[in-house]
Amino acid sequence: MNFKDNKAIYLQIADRIGDDILAGRLAVDGKVPSVRELAAQMEVNANTVARTYDYLQQTGIIYTKRGLGYFVAADACDRIVRQRREQLMQGEMDYFMGQLRAVGVTPDELRDLYSDYLASS
Amino acid sequence: MLSVENLKFNYRKAQRDLFDNFSLELNEGGVYGLLGKNGAGKSTLIYLMTGLLTPLAGRVTYNGDDVRRRLPRTLSDLYLVPEEFELPQLSLKQYVKLNAPFYPRFSHDDMMRYLDLFEMEHDVQLRSLSMGQKKKVFMSFALATNTGLLIMDEPTNGLDIPGKSQFRKFIAQGMTDDKIILISTHQVRDIDSILDHVVIIDNSRVLLNASVGEVSRRLAFRPVQPGEQPLYVQQSVMGTLGVMPGNGEEETNVDMEMLFNATLQQPERVNELFNQEK
Repeated sequence: MNFKDNKAIYLQIADRIGDDILAGRLAVDGKVPSVRELAAQMEVNANTVARTYDYLQQTGIIYTKRGLGYFVAADACDRIVRQRREQLMQGEMDYFMGQLRAVGVTPDELRDLYSDYLASS
Repeated sequence: MLSVENLKFNYRKAQRDLFDNFSLELNEGGVYGLLGKNGAGKSTLIYLMTGLLTPLAGRVTYNGDDVRRRLPRTLSDLYLVPEEFELPQLSLKQYVKLNAPFYPRFSHDDMMRYLDLFEMEHDVQLRSLSMGQKKKVFMSFALATNTGLLIMDEPTNGLDIPGKSQFRKFIAQGMTDDKIILISTHQVRDIDSILDHVVIIDNSRVLLNASVGEVSRRLAFRPVQPGEQPLYVQQSVMGTLGVMPGNGEEETNVDMEMLFNATLQQPERVNELFNQEK
């Protein structure tokens, strides 16, 4: 597993689990790997994974059944998409807009680019 | 708990004390990285911790017993993997049969699992192994003893490229809440993701002993903005990276090499930051 430089690793692992849920590799009400299992898979300390699971539980993406482990919440997909949308709008979008302005991309050009992109993919 | 209390030690021929009034505590559930420059005394500290050397003053206790007494209950609950070692001319099976009985919690199944992880055969002739293979086999045995304290000196030295990733999996899999694992290393990039505590020593002092969680709250590792006063800077292709006091908001990833350099360069400032109320 390779990690990006800047973002805390526990959040990067949370992103990975989010990807797995959105792609259906982890099913709603399905069990997520145990802390130790995922720690070995990701080659990180178990406490790091424990933090990831705390965070995912706080944000309502997984829930715990006492003694059984963590499971994917029914509305996990909605929550992940909503959360990512917020992050995108607050973070990367701001930077992206700045770049667009710097090189003089007009709103019309941007709209056409995005329409083309959606049409082609 | 392993407790190093007011330790004093030097080698007879050396002029200065390697350790003087040196104290440190390691607790169950922690994977500790022991970092220090060449000659800082990492290996000596390890030998003092395991009762192989005698301190001039002070003591080391493990679960309340002075390790220098080398009580059976102490020795059967700690294991040391030195940086360099020789294995006897035996098969692994014979080696296990002779040595496992000293360790009441030794698990044969665990050892097989670790050997599989390192892609090693289950029974090998110990003398016919290369240095890296020897290390993989010996570490598999060491972790399978399930002692409460496992100390490894430069464990990734001599491991091949897949071996470093295998080593991280190995530790992540074998670590439990009732164990202390201490890893002394210069190859900090090999192991930083599996550590949850970092201990930095220099000039007979502990400059830093903190959990990785605390480091990521107290310090930020990111590109330097104009006007900022980082504790330490490093040039990279992404621009100037720095170690900054944390802003208490967004946590960044802990870069152990930069942490080490920052701590050695500015021990007082780092100490101040870690002793602040949060």
